[in-house]
Amino acid sequence: MTSTTNIITPAKAIIWHKTVKTIDIPQNGGVAVLIDGQQIAIFNFTEKGEWYACQNLCPHKMEMALSRGLIGDANGEPKVACPFHKKSFSLETGECLNDSCNNINVFPVKIEDDFVFVGL
Amino acid sequence: MKEKIIIVGNGMTAVKFCQKMVDANLLDKFDLTVVGEEPHYGYDRVHLTSYYTGTSVKELHLAPKEWYNENGIEVIKNTKVIDLDKIKKTVLLDNENVLNYDILVLATGSSAFVPPIEGREKDGVFVYRTIYDLSLIKEYVKEAKKGVVIGGGLLGLEAAKAIMDDGIESTIIERSPWLMGRQLDKRGASFLHKKLDAHGLNIITDTNIARFTGDDKVTGVEFIDGTSIDTDIVIISSGIKARDELAIKAGLEVGKAGGILVDEGMQTTYPGIYAIGECALAMGMIWGLVAPCYEMAEVLVERLKGNEKSFIGSDMSTKLKLIGADVASFGDALGMAEDCIPLMLENKFTHVYKRINISPDGKYLLGGILVGDASDYNMLLQIYKNKILLPPNPESLLTGASQGGGFKLSVLDLADNAVICSCEGVTKGKICAAIENDDVTSVAGLKKCTKAGTGCGGCVPMVDDILTATLKKQGKEVKKVICEHFEFTRQELYDIVKMEGIKTFSDLLHKKGHGAGCEICKPLTASLLASIWNEPIVKHQQIQDTNDKFLANIQRGGTYSIVPRIPGGEITPEKLEAIGRIGKKYDLYCKITGGQRIDLFGARVDQLPVIWEELINEGFESGHAYGKSLRTVKSCVGSTWCRFGLHDSVSFAIEIENRYKGLRSPHKLKGGVSGCVRECAEARGKDFGIIASEKGWNLFVCGNGGANPAHAQLLASDITAETCIQYLDRFLMYYIKTASPLTRTSKWLDGLEGGMDYLKEVVINDSLGMAEQFEKDMQLLVDTYKCEWKEVVENSELRNKFKAFANSDEPDSNIKFVSMRNQKMPTPW
Ligand SMILES: Cc1cc2nc3c(=O)[nH]c(=O)nc-3n(C[C@H](O)[C@H](O)[C@H](O)COP(=O)(O)OP(=O)(O)OC[C@H]3O[C@@H](n4cnc5c(N)ncnc54)[C@H](O)[C@@H]3O)c2cc1C
Ligand code: SF4
Ligand code: SF4
Ligand code: FES
Repeated sequence: MTSTTNIITPAKAIIWHKTVKTIDIPQNGGVAVLIDGQQIAIFNFTEKGEWYACQNLCPHKMEMALSRGLIGDANGEPKVACPFHKKSFSLETGECLNDSCNNINVFPVKIEDDFVFVGL
Repeated sequence: MKEKIIIVGNGMTAVKFCQKMVDANLLDKFDLTVVGEEPHYGYDRVHLTSYYTGTSVKELHLAPKEWYNENGIEVIKNTKVIDLDKIKKTVLLDNENVLNYDILVLATGSSAFVPPIEGREKDGVFVYRTIYDLSLIKEYVKEAKKGVVIGGGLLGLEAAKAIMDDGIESTIIERSPWLMGRQLDKRGASFLHKKLDAHGLNIITDTNIARFTGDDKVTGVEFIDGTSIDTDIVIISSGIKARDELAIKAGLEVGKAGGILVDEGMQTTYPGIYAIGECALAMGMIWGLVAPCYEMAEVLVERLKGNEKSFIGSDMSTKLKLIGADVASFGDALGMAEDCIPLMLENKFTHVYKRINISPDGKYLLGGILVGDASDYNMLLQIYKNKILLPPNPESLLTGASQGGGFKLSVLDLADNAVICSCEGVTKGKICAAIENDDVTSVAGLKKCTKAGTGCGGCVPMVDDILTATLKKQGKEVKKVICEHFEFTRQELYDIVKMEGIKTFSDLLHKKGHGAGCEICKPLTASLLASIWNEPIVKHQQIQDTNDKFLANIQRGGTYSIVPRIPGGEITPEKLEAIGRIGKKYDLYCKITGGQRIDLFGARVDQLPVIWEELINEGFESGHAYGKSLRTVKSCVGSTWCRFGLHDSVSFAIEIENRYKGLRSPHKLKGGVSGCVRECAEARGKDFGIIASEKGWNLFVCGNGGANPAHAQLLASDITAETCIQYLDRFLMYYIKTASPLTRTSKWLDGLEGGMDYLKEVVINDSLGMAEQFEKDMQLLVDTYKCEWKEVVENSELRNKFKAFANSDEPDSNIKFVSMRNQKMPTPW
């Protein structure tokens, strides 16, 4: 099975990193992974049938926290809310939806052979 | 042929002018070119301070790039107009280009006025006007410990608050005898002064600065009396100076103290050249707030349309934002009008000062000042602006609606042309029309479609009132729905979950909601599922707040704290030793909590299961400090040891804590038991408090500490322990079923129609006929209690979820600590 979701046109060539098995990420939940020392949050958005990845760092108070946040949507836009002060970020564009914070980086995700790949 | 308009400056007024030109469909007659010196699109200067606290430049833009493109407006950024030839009708740009125009609009705004103080050129001396200024300050502040703001006006206070929040010890220096001299009278300013003092801001008034000291960098401020203070940074905010240099060069007439002279149609002394915004000297003054600047833009657009609109002044009312102290002034705040009658209210206890100025015949409100409590600002502003006839006892305006005061004006009584949002000039009629005709049902929707509340934001509470009142008038129910995903209140969802036997969030979402859920409805559902079915909350991990998800409280730095249950605060020396040993082994910071137990801080997520395993082996259970659930039942030592004690308060507290442990509720729950009226357990500061009486126990409910302390009130007196538990079962279940999320018992009681008397009816006399059900529901929860941590520790699959990274067993190396009083602490934010 190969499915590719939320591809953004990358500025430079992306390198796909194999991370964890799809079953290691709970349904409608997230985990943090380490890729070359970088902390990345990956979400299994079962409700929408999508996978998303973004930086684990919340730009508000620089906490490594987003993978521990709750996911959901606002007007249809998929988002994650930081557990610390509930700032929300779009998982599609990385935009902060409470308009009081910097945006975050989001990354493309693909699933191959039951493994989750993140493109950096 | 279209006429070409060049606008010099791309600030707030210029953007508003362009928007109004578009709205008036004038772009088929005119071509617009905007030349701005700053490297940005026109941005929201009013909210500049939010840039300091993290808002991005893009978010401050008043209109996106695409908007200019779509409307064919040419924007030249990063370019200054350096000369103007009014005969040839050309402007010269600093890149040496020359542009022709038919009509020229000067919207050059103003710059910060810098008084000629010796040493003002030193490093570390800044002004506070542009994104660039703030980016410099933001960088410089990192190295600074102390800061000085010159000027105690609106802006100076805002700047001082901003750097103070960044941990800088800040001092405001104001030359005049008191702060905000333009808006406040002496008494009002003294109230504000005290308030800011209490916030930790130093204020020096009535003083003159001799020089800024230091070599290259500023290191201090010296006053003319020879005294001085140290500082690492100086921010000057001593007023503004209109940017009229271009006008002067071209020979247009300017005012003595600056400002481009314009007539009531915004035309300068030379035909075809106009000036709008803060650079314009209109009616003999510079108008340094956005509302009048926008009004000028409106006037010019109307003139270009061929209409006769004139600028006749504008409202200079202001409400201070961001300072943590309510301050507002409106109209003739200082009572300058002849024979006007000032009425004042001072409350030194709550630090509230209010002053209103009334016309000599007592009929109209002319202006006023509010310090400490500005909740009536919008209402008073409307009364003043719409010349609403005052009641015979105008002093009732001072006590205000917030204190249940006499004179209340319903928003619906306002005239349709009453301006609600002065920044954007939005009337009540326009807002109502959006609600009635366009079916807008939220404040956010109104902001989008009418622009009301998007300027300084001061009118938002009133916009909300209008929304609620209008919807109500239409017969639409204004429901406190929980979020965009469910059109229900918490109580309705409680009933749905229970009646339909719903056991998971996704089941509930698919049957009764829409979208994918969010951080509001997910944890709320988790709490409902737990209070109805009492299943272990780990089953619903993905809809819990992180505290519930990892069964521990997240703390600064991303580590968690651990609180084992110590019922009634009683602990054996052996158990105390065990906590000490475990704390030492895992290097945890220890603190005694207010609820008579011990909080262990600084555990990494991957350490939680091992630490709990050890605690459980020593006989501890989860303390549920992470959940909206029963925390502790605090007790005094009671009759076993205390010579005053009437009954054994410790035993009773332990019994009750063990009964309700693990109970999930709309908010946290706390209890207390005292052995006599001396009340050493402070039980009346809890959601339920039990105090021994000669004949039994007195039960008090709905108290709390925290931000708004409330004393618990007497529910029943001289009852037996058994009856006490029975009443508690009923009371708690009734609360859990009917309270909105995150509502403590005291707030819930406030909203309960009939109050305490009604609650007594329900709990004691069973007026709802639900008592038996309540008791049964509670017994089910008591019987199905399990220690959540025990479940995790014994289940390897659950245990596995407690690690920092899914693809590695490495701990999070980002977590760092510093040391303080021989214990570890997270590095500060
Ligand atoms: C921190 C701060 C907080 C404020 N808070 C409030 C508030 O709460 N409420 C309120 O009503 N008002 C507030 N104000 C005032 C408000 O921002 C101004 O009234 C408003 O910005 C004036 O708009 P303007 O377009 O006339 O001037 P500006 O916004 O200053 O824009 C003028 C622009 O023209 C450019 N320019 C000047 N000369 C040239 C040239 N020769 N060539 C090219 N470009 C040129 C400037 O660089 C500038 O970008 C605040 C101001 C500040 C600085
Ligand atoms: S409340 Fe009464 S019984 Fe309890 S410790 Fe205080 S004095 Fe003693
Ligand atoms: S009072 Fe404030 S700072 Fe102190 S523990 Fe409570 S929330 Fe934290
Ligand atoms: S640290 Fe993420 S919202 Fe504050």
